[in-house]
Amino acid sequence: MVGPNVDDGAAAVRPVAEAQGIMYFPYAFPKELYTAPASNAVLGMVANYQSGPAIYKYLKDEKGVKTVAFVAANESDPLSQRDGGIAAANALGLEVVSDNVTYQVDTTDFTPVLTPVMRTQPDLLVLSGVSPANAPQLIRSARELGFQGIISTETAQDATVLREGAGDLANGFISVGGASTPEIASDDMKEFVKRYTDMFGEYNDESNTKVYALEYILATLNANPAGIDDVNAFQTTMDTFEAPNPFMKGDAKMRYVGTTSFGQKRQIAVPLVVNVYQDGEFETLFVAEVD
Amino acid sequence: MEQILANGIYLGAQYAMIALGLTLIFALMNVLNFAHGQMYVLGGFVTYTFYGQLGWPFVLALLASCITLAVLGALIERFLFAPVIRRSSREESTMLLAAGLAFLFDAVILLVFGEKQRGVPKIVDGVFNWDFRLIMPYDRILICVLAILSIVTFILFMQYSKTGRALRALAQDRTAAQLMGVNVARYSMIGFALGAMLAGLVGGLLVTITGVNLGMGGPTSIKAFMMVMIGGAGVISGAIAGGIILGFMEAIGLAVLSQYGDITYLLIFVSLMIFLAIRPQGLMGKPWG
Repeated sequence: MVGPNVDDGAAAVRPVAEAQGIMYFPYAFPKELYTAPASNAVLGMVANYQSGPAIYKYLKDEKGVKTVAFVAANESDPLSQRDGGIAAANALGLEVVSDNVTYQVDTTDFTPVLTPVMRTQPDLLVLSGVSPANAPQLIRSARELGFQGIISTETAQDATVLREGAGDLANGFISVGGASTPEIASDDMKEFVKRYTDMFGEYNDESNTKVYALEYILATLNANPAGIDDVNAFQTTMDTFEAPNPFMKGDAKMRYVGTTSFGQKRQIAVPLVVNVYQDGEFETLFVAEVD
Repeated sequence: MEQILANGIYLGAQYAMIALGLTLIFALMNVLNFAHGQMYVLGGFVTYTFYGQLGWPFVLALLASCITLAVLGALIERFLFAPVIRRSSREESTMLLAAGLAFLFDAVILLVFGEKQRGVPKIVDGVFNWDFRLIMPYDRILICVLAILSIVTFILFMQYSKTGRALRALAQDRTAAQLMGVNVARYSMIGFALGAMLAGLVGGLLVTITGVNLGMGGPTSIKAFMMVMIGGAGVISGAIAGGIILGFMEAIGLAVLSQYGDITYLLIFVSLMIFLAIRPQGLMGKPWG
């Protein structure tokens, strides 16, 4: 099964999937879904506690970031992403100067929300788990309040929404991209994007992460057809599975990863693409891999 | 402190404008317009379309929002609320109609404008910065001034124009107004159109600051009802007071309580419950309705 795509949905699916012997590929981040004794969930994307440290380390090493502030919507996913981000920042030796400012998800004016955060003068402002609807307003308010540091998030964003909502104020905003960029996308991926755009009018790179799960499932079953109705066979195959990645240029491989984060291979290997918004478009800041 | 005051005035002015249209419709027709937030969103999308997409001057786009919502309000009153009020004396009939309209508007907005957050170019660039003690972008200052001017104009209109006097008479006593020669059907339609126009006006003004998206309607309606409850249902001055009070409570809460997390609205709701338990008619409402 592909999904669910929110934390509480995945948590609700877990007992059913484990009782009925169903493998499922959620887009949810709680580690307990993927660490033993859980065994049936496979993370279908890069988690914030994997992308966050990569972004913070890059900004620490390349931009000299020393202090960081976190702002999150008062909802389970953003709060969980904020807590993961705080832990990652602390582990990297960054000073967290503000970590308890939250906002209601229906907030429309973020100036009063951000005013106390701006007083802490962080080098980096992290918008934890921010939705594409709220990101431009938060960026705009922060910049209008005089914030000149870096703003980032571990979620994927929409360039059109950023352009309309924040304009040039969003320049330099760092977010996680999809699993493909023009630099690494194969012809198959480009064709997928074209067909998707023809069908739905526009393509958001974030949905690239959703391209992979079905391909992984089919390729794993192809490697061991017994996995179709035997969850143990499917899991055993995952440990050694490797196949060509049709969505990336070169000799990139599809394989299962996650040993570092979960102690077992319960994550599909998709590239971690970090983007920076500039003049209406996302540019690739760096591409990394997750184990 | 300066920043809190400025945020409070800005939020209060926009909230008061949102509440004005809602309380006007309630005063005239005893209708709880649950679709008020959706009308606000629709006003924002009209300005977005004309100003943001078609490149019209902002003032003309704002005018288009006002006219669109006024016409829509008039049609809704004439063809939906008036017949229901005529045929049913049960208040829940109009409440259900208003709730249905809210769902209808949500569906129409989704079909026409999509689910994404939309924004428009800033109408004024630059930020007023007083030694980092008070920071306020110029466009917010302009919107705040325009909101205050709109409120003053509305009050003057209601106070001194023939239409305004007729609407006030209607709000005070429908039967007496009818006996004095006020065309109740006509002025009910004008009043509803005026209330909807105010929603469109504030939606058009605020799209330049907050942007607009489909999901804004419901929360906006809830805030508008809170303001009306604080000030007193159906009282124009009460709606303004309610808006300003809510704006300041929000500004102060977000500044003072930020280290405790998102508890500002929790405290506002608790305060509102206690306040309504003590004074259910609100600050300026009459206990007898």
